[in-house]
Amino acid sequence: MDVTTILLLLLIGSIATFFAGDKLASKVALIFSLGALGLSLYLLNLLNQGANISYIGEWMSSPKVSLAFKADGLSMAMVLLTTALTPLIVFSSFGNSFNNSKNFYALVLFMSFAMVGTFLAVDGLLYYIFWELALIPIYFIALIWGNGDAEDRKKAVVKFFIYTLGGSLFMLIAFAYLYSKAGSFLIGDLYQLELTGTEEFWIFLAFFLAYAIKIPIIPFHTWQAKVYQKAPTVGTMLLSGIMLKMGLYSVIRWQLPIAPSAAKAYMPILIGLSIAGVIYGSIVALRQKDLKKLLAYSSLAHVGLIAAGCYTLTLDGLSGVVSQMIAHGFVIVGLFFAAEVIFRRYETRTIADLGGIRSQTPQFTSMFMILVLASVALPGTFNFVGEFTVLYSLSQVNIWYAVLGGTTIILGAYYMLKMFQNVMLGETNTKVFAEVTTNEAITFVAIIAFLLFFGLYPKPIVDLVTPSLNEILAVINK
Amino acid sequence: MQVLITIVSLGVFCLLAEIFNLRKLLVPVTVIGLLAILGISLNLWAIDPSIDSNYASMIAVDKFSNAFNSLFIVLTIFLVALSGDFYKEHQTKISDFIAIKVFLLAGAVAMVSFSNLAMFFLGIEVLSISLYVLAASKRLDIKSNEAGMKYFLLGSFASGIILFGICLIYGATGYFNVAEIKDLSSGAGIPVWFPIGMVLMIIGMLFKIAAAPFHFWAPDVYEGSPSITTATMSTLAKVVAMATLYKLLSGLSSELIPTFEMVIVVVSILSMTIGNIMALRQDNVKRMLAFSGISHAGFMLMAILSLSTAAGTLLYYTAAYALAGIASFAVIIAVTRDSGNELTENFNGLGKSNPLLAAVLTASLLSMAGIPIFSGFFAKFMLFSDAIKAGYLFLVIVGVINSIISVGYYFKLILAMYTKEASAEKPAVPAVYYLVAVSAIVLNIALGLYPSLVMNLLN
Repeated sequence: MDVTTILLLLLIGSIATFFAGDKLASKVALIFSLGALGLSLYLLNLLNQGANISYIGEWMSSPKVSLAFKADGLSMAMVLLTTALTPLIVFSSFGNSFNNSKNFYALVLFMSFAMVGTFLAVDGLLYYIFWELALIPIYFIALIWGNGDAEDRKKAVVKFFIYTLGGSLFMLIAFAYLYSKAGSFLIGDLYQLELTGTEEFWIFLAFFLAYAIKIPIIPFHTWQAKVYQKAPTVGTMLLSGIMLKMGLYSVIRWQLPIAPSAAKAYMPILIGLSIAGVIYGSIVALRQKDLKKLLAYSSLAHVGLIAAGCYTLTLDGLSGVVSQMIAHGFVIVGLFFAAEVIFRRYETRTIADLGGIRSQTPQFTSMFMILVLASVALPGTFNFVGEFTVLYSLSQVNIWYAVLGGTTIILGAYYMLKMFQNVMLGETNTKVFAEVTTNEAITFVAIIAFLLFFGLYPKPIVDLVTPSLNEILAVINK
Repeated sequence: MQVLITIVSLGVFCLLAEIFNLRKLLVPVTVIGLLAILGISLNLWAIDPSIDSNYASMIAVDKFSNAFNSLFIVLTIFLVALSGDFYKEHQTKISDFIAIKVFLLAGAVAMVSFSNLAMFFLGIEVLSISLYVLAASKRLDIKSNEAGMKYFLLGSFASGIILFGICLIYGATGYFNVAEIKDLSSGAGIPVWFPIGMVLMIIGMLFKIAAAPFHFWAPDVYEGSPSITTATMSTLAKVVAMATLYKLLSGLSSELIPTFEMVIVVVSILSMTIGNIMALRQDNVKRMLAFSGISHAGFMLMAILSLSTAAGTLLYYTAAYALAGIASFAVIIAVTRDSGNELTENFNGLGKSNPLLAAVLTASLLSMAGIPIFSGFFAKFMLFSDAIKAGYLFLVIVGVINSIISVGYYFKLILAMYTKEASAEKPAVPAVYYLVAVSAIVLNIALGLYPSLVMNLLN
């Protein structure tokens, strides 16, 4: 039993969903994504027992490309993030109805398949293929099932596609170049390459373009807010919850170990850009009128801090990054879901039109409140663990990075609480706010339970990823 | 040689079919005949590469020509299959049109199998004249007439230049035979006529593949010709000319001189960039594909820069490109067959009215744009990695930027299919279009999943 079974299950799930027809599609998708979650938990258990669940097989002989999937703590953590969020995301959409829902859910599962593949592949070309494959479903999800004016949406989505594809193609050149040097795409061989300083610089830059656009790091963030706003909530959740983690994961797995000296030499610039994103995202979030856009910019700020953590090149930094990736994945999915819950009832996302919901539904209010607090890294939530570890590692590099990066907590608390106040509190709204349904409550409870549990007991996740991060750091510092 | 003879016999049979009143059976019989010829061609695979001395060393049966011949035959099968419905209004002429397509294939086979420049020129003329006729075949349409005339005038001029080049090479070496010329070309004291002759031949071939700055004929001719002829030109004819150019260069001289490589680099960059930028502005699908074809010619020229090793890559790229082209033209013809023009508007709302055809067209456009799992991605990737090995990193970066630009216009069509509302009710589409479109795209994806199938053939 190896990790390819998860991939196969998701791919079969995608096809089965397509053939299940519009009525059954969402249920079939849910069953398969839950199956994938169960399977990845089972494989995690095998991994913890010391079993070998990696897979390597030949694909092509010239160029030499292998079907190489390696499962270590780091990739399993990311796979679990994907397989845990996918059923949640699918389940959260049960209250919506989509035209052609068989296509919609098939694309969701296909995207999940591609993202799991990205997290597992350790052959450069295979990894690149999964990386690109993940782009096609989200393009169609945002384009066809998105909201708002069609022309506007088209522009935003096409810009997103061209932007990310463009960045990735430079990564492809880097891989082609590395292949011409190493004669192989396997990550182990690429790690061992002795590159000159100039070569490292250009390769680092090519990777950086791909990842900085995907994450996004300033100044490559311009596609983000519009797409988050225009995409259907499921698409936004997939993008912000999982897809941008592909970029962060890839920084740790591919960029840093392949070009470590460039990463060390340009560390101030890299951390500086990332922290600029933190401050910029927070300030712009303050002024947003649209709930989804506000969350998009808050995501930009949080992700900037995570990226800064990556480039500290310390164990604390990287382990904080992984924790924060997982925590942010859950919390942002929860927050976008809360926005969706409100939209289902009031048909608006404009903050000014909302308010006075608390008195009508205390249950929803408290759940939303917990998510908001988790998002601003209140101690006791998993986000605190991640954010604190990242800030700590930044302070080890330079105390000012930590001070500037810490503004994310202060500013974050400000704009998130202000948003909460405007949306939920105030005089009772004249429009009736129906109580949350059982399905909606289950989604919230699952997310909150996860965040609180690992907030109080983060050890399993930290223990899981530390050995593999140590391996990567050994390559970086060799 | 067997392949060539059987193809010509099949062509003659098609002409005779008219006399024996076999019109109805013509297309299926031709397709079956072509399949049989494909079998013969594949069967020759085991034979040692040798020059067939029975025919005055005119034809070389080697792996290169065999592989490309098989590709051409596959493409012709698709094109002939589409012709049945396309020409159903012109039943009296159908045997002529089919016969011309089969003869065109004979020209193509001669072009990649030659071992003598006379054979090469014969091949190119047979192919070109068939194309002139097909371009003008919509006799009552002024645009088709214009296309045929334009193509004929410019094309015969290019043929003249090629012939001139052949004469100069003959003057310099005293031979038409490729092997002898190659031996002499590497020795010292070769007259200056030789490189001049080479350049003239290459100019002629660049015209045939529509590489910038010899591309001006392509958009008008593609737009004016009947769609099925455009499909032939942009898939089969382009691929043939590209393979021939590769064979000419690798057959006549052992390696390119640096100045000459520079020229290829410039032509490649120009073709990619001009083709892509002009394609952005088109609202006629055939014109857009003409410009996209120009940019693909630029990509394919990259293969020339690593002459000794890139044969497999070129075969893969041409196969990927041509199969995607066939799939997209099958959809284009199916969608526009009743509307009289090929504007992008015809595709509005296709995603709803005909999801299967829309999916096939989307897949083939994604393949041309070089998105993975479609074979277009591997084709581009292998081209890029060959060029990097040959030391042309800059060219690869230009190629990548062009790939990004190309997404702009390929996606314009995809957007039209999925986001706009259909203006008119779409009539039913005959099954043959589905068959051709789906099988071409399935082949394309199969090549994408197992690139080794083709890549290892020529190594």
